[in-house]
Amino acid sequence: MPTISVTRDVLYERLGKTFTDEDFEDECFGFGIELDDIVEENNVVKFKIDIPANRYDLLCVEGLSRAMNVFRDRMVVPKFTVVPGKEKLIVDDSVSGVRPYSVAAVLRDMKFTEESYNSFILLQDKLHQNIGRERSLVSIGTHDLDTIQGPFTYQALAPEQIKFQPLNQDSVMTAPEMFEKFRQTYLKPYLQIIEGKPLYPLITDANGVVLSLPPIINGEHSKITLDTKNVFIEVTACDRAKCRIVIDTICSMFSEYCSTPFTCESVTVESSSGSVQTPPMKYQTMECSAAQLCTKGGITGLTPDSVADHLTKMFLPSKAVGEQVTVEIGPTRHDVLHQCDVEEDLAIAYGYNNITEQVPNLNTIGAEQECNKLSDAIREELARAGFTEVLTFSLCSRDDISTSLRNGKALEEAVQIANPKSNEFQVVRTSLLPGILKTASCNRKMPLPLKLFEVSDVVFKSEDTETGSKNQRKICALFSGKTSGFEVVHGLLDRIMLSLSEKNYSIRASEESMFFTGRGADILLGTEKIGHLGILHPEVLENFEISLPCSVLEMSLEPFV
Amino acid sequence: SSAIKSLLALPGEYIKAEQKQVSCWELTGEGKSFVDNGSYEYILFNSVPKEGIFQKDLMKLPNAKIGFSKAMTLGWISIDKKAEGGPTVFRKVETAEDEVVKVLNSISEQKSVPDKVIQDVKKRKLISPVVTKFYKVTKGPGFSTTIQRPEADLTAEMLQDGSWKSKTFKDYNFAARGAPMTSGYLHPLLKVRAEYRRIFLDMGFSEMPTAQFVENGFWNFDALFQPQQHPARDAHDTFFISDPALTKEAKFPSDYLERVKTTHEKGGYGSTGYDYDWKVVEAQKNILRTHTTAVSARMLYKIAQQPEFKPVKMFSIDRVFRNETLDATHLAEFHQIEGVVADRNLNLGHLIGILHTFFKKLGIEKLKFKPAYNPYTEPSMEIFSYHEGLKKWVEIGNSGIFRPEMLLPMGLPADVNVIAWGLSLERPTMIKCGINNIRELIGPKVNLNMVQDFPICRVNKA
Repeated sequence: MPTISVTRDVLYERLGKTFTDEDFEDECFGFGIELDDIVEENNVVKFKIDIPANRYDLLCVEGLSRAMNVFRDRMVVPKFTVVPGKEKLIVDDSVSGVRPYSVAAVLRDMKFTEESYNSFILLQDKLHQNIGRERSLVSIGTHDLDTIQGPFTYQALAPEQIKFQPLNQDSVMTAPEMFEKFRQTYLKPYLQIIEGKPLYPLITDANGVVLSLPPIINGEHSKITLDTKNVFIEVTACDRAKCRIVIDTICSMFSEYCSTPFTCESVTVESSSGSVQTPPMKYQTMECSAAQLCTKGGITGLTPDSVADHLTKMFLPSKAVGEQVTVEIGPTRHDVLHQCDVEEDLAIAYGYNNITEQVPNLNTIGAEQECNKLSDAIREELARAGFTEVLTFSLCSRDDISTSLRNGKALEEAVQIANPKSNEFQVVRTSLLPGILKTASCNRKMPLPLKLFEVSDVVFKSEDTETGSKNQRKICALFSGKTSGFEVVHGLLDRIMLSLSEKNYSIRASEESMFFTGRGADILLGTEKIGHLGILHPEVLENFEISLPCSVLEMSLEPFV
Repeated sequence: SSAIKSLLALPGEYIKAEQKQVSCWELTGEGKSFVDNGSYEYILFNSVPKEGIFQKDLMKLPNAKIGFSKAMTLGWISIDKKAEGGPTVFRKVETAEDEVVKVLNSISEQKSVPDKVIQDVKKRKLISPVVTKFYKVTKGPGFSTTIQRPEADLTAEMLQDGSWKSKTFKDYNFAARGAPMTSGYLHPLLKVRAEYRRIFLDMGFSEMPTAQFVENGFWNFDALFQPQQHPARDAHDTFFISDPALTKEAKFPSDYLERVKTTHEKGGYGSTGYDYDWKVVEAQKNILRTHTTAVSARMLYKIAQQPEFKPVKMFSIDRVFRNETLDATHLAEFHQIEGVVADRNLNLGHLIGILHTFFKKLGIEKLKFKPAYNPYTEPSMEIFSYHEGLKKWVEIGNSGIFRPEMLLPMGLPADVNVIAWGLSLERPTMIKCGINNIRELIGPKVNLNMVQDFPICRVNKA
């Protein structure tokens, strides 16, 4: 969930009301946002507010306060207009291999204050972080239009050919030189988005002045200051839909500061596939039946007119004609994909806590999964036999299931994790033993003998399943004391088979290196091996830091389900 | 005295005993040798002949120093320092009475001696005080010449030979604890799980088959209408599998896959879609499932393939995996609880109703709902309950109605809505039991004493 930071007093001024912290929290609750934290930075009180991840129009104080004012009937939903502009952005085919999409817009005759300037920068940061996926999908460059001259060119060039003075640096550098410098700075994580590619994207003006090297850095030449009046916005991306969402968001958020509020100027974007005016700033209409809009929310008693009013409060200006409601979905509501999004907004405006509860009139008979039912019964038997249940992790290290258990072959049948953050998450366990042994090791001070068990899933690779892997429900028990207690786990096996009404089992001596010489055996069901039991080899005990002899039993429960 | 103490300890007063003490003086070893041999000064005096004796010779006697000094003080001897041949000692009196031995004898015979005299002799360490403790014993009301030992326990033999009638029994210490039971125990978290399973079964829900930790991107994300460039599909949130890395494309139902692809890319079913290029390889990637909703999706797809739609109520409680940063309340694996109801014309009112029913069985009656966002549900609601202890509203779960883009490509009828809700098993257990660190509840570091001492789980009681 994205979090934005807004200055409390600026927000309250825009809302036209000073709330108490508690009242504001209530206001947020009903709207679907959350006041996460209140902090003081340089004697200024800031609110940290959690915003739903799909609401790009709430990512800055401008958009948030506007939406809340409309919600509280203090403001009419503004209509955004795009005025045809003279500027042109020529997109060269060379960018298709590195960062294919690009749009642009102009905000004419802006008046920045320090507050709105900071907000402008912050919004770009938020969009970069969230929808831009840390700039890898979308990045933004904003420039002082009066310092540059169109038409602008977006192309990709060899790194050494790129040479300009980057933002906040005092000398001209080539791209490779810049990258070396930026490796030591906050820009480091973005370098790998284009590093290594034969061509780097670049936006220049008619005189060859570099506007930006997306997604890394803008040029110092065209940087925006508090005195900037005319802003040129360029957005480059690897995702065409997100590219449009980003420029629509910036334009709809900040065009309020233009001399003609809520107006922006279009830029003609020319490429080999044709010519298009951007920003799109499109309006869609959805024709719905008022009754149908109410059904999802379980809402009753609203006339089509009040349905329209409720939706308008949610920044979806609507009009009712008879039973039909026409909903206007503008460039701030890219989150609306389907009528269900409108239905949710209607329910929010109505108030979730005002909806009458109904219990679904549905009679069904409950049922359990047989494997779980049997597992629970076996767990009861094991507890009655005097064993204490443990609950351990499915993920473990490679060593845990192989070398530590003196079982070299285990890794061949184990599911391996590609991106473990530590070696505790290298594989999915194929045996319950590592977990139960670690528990025994951590609980050295318990009175002896220690009797533990676990009934849980392990995972094996498997040719005949959809994903190539399969869960297996296993029983594992351990006895640890001054003596090995082999006869106890053997007795437990007999007890388990008795509870499963199984007579056709036997034990056959085995040579498994996990067990002490001559003290290990396979458990057979008919002729099939379903498990094993024995006294653990002293090296295994050493690997798990256990200083007392242990006998263990592990078998599959699957044949009995 | 130990005999007396044992007698006193017997029930039924055999004897009465009063402890007393008396002090007197006793001769030390030195004192005794004075009585036997005479005091040092007396011996020394008798060693001085009529004609006198050189001091240096006299002083060769044992204890001569003390004896000489005492004899001089008593006026029994004198010394001529200028005598010819060296300082010479002479008798000053003819005979002497060994007074100190007289005193010691008196003391020995328990005769009374003035205090000052006693102090002098005590100073010379010739006597030492002695305290004698003794019991004054008298017959008690229960006196008998034979002792009957009290029994600790009623035994089989006593029952057999009837001797229990004539025996006395020791008092039982009711203040001490009883013997600890040796027993087996079930794990606390699984006791709570059993309660949640019962609640679902009581409400007529059927358990979904969730014994499948490895899932693929298709069922975990794509079938749920979660787009492929979504942050939740990132390597830093999800565990990807390196072996086996991919599900074979042929394993997916091919026409359903096409419908999912089209819905993501272009929309349809009333949706605008996401407008991006959907890649099948992302769907093939195997992961450790991030939610059991993947299983719910599989089940709903199966239901949609039935010739006639039948409404269902389904649940699951099983492990899910998140590759997030770990802290005191977050682990890489935890248990998710999920409930799903699919029927015609369900709405938010029904969702709120069933949530009230479900949480009421957990003893929670006050609920509040908050708008939320979930890629696969719309509308979505976060569920809050009022925590009496913390005196505030706490989030206890998430819920919503599945999006049409998820249900319609499966082939479910257009008027079928699916409501669902989920919560974690660990979080409410930790809150209820006051456990702050999740590793005290699950994993090898759990204290087995906690497991053994954990009470019966009654989720509906505060």
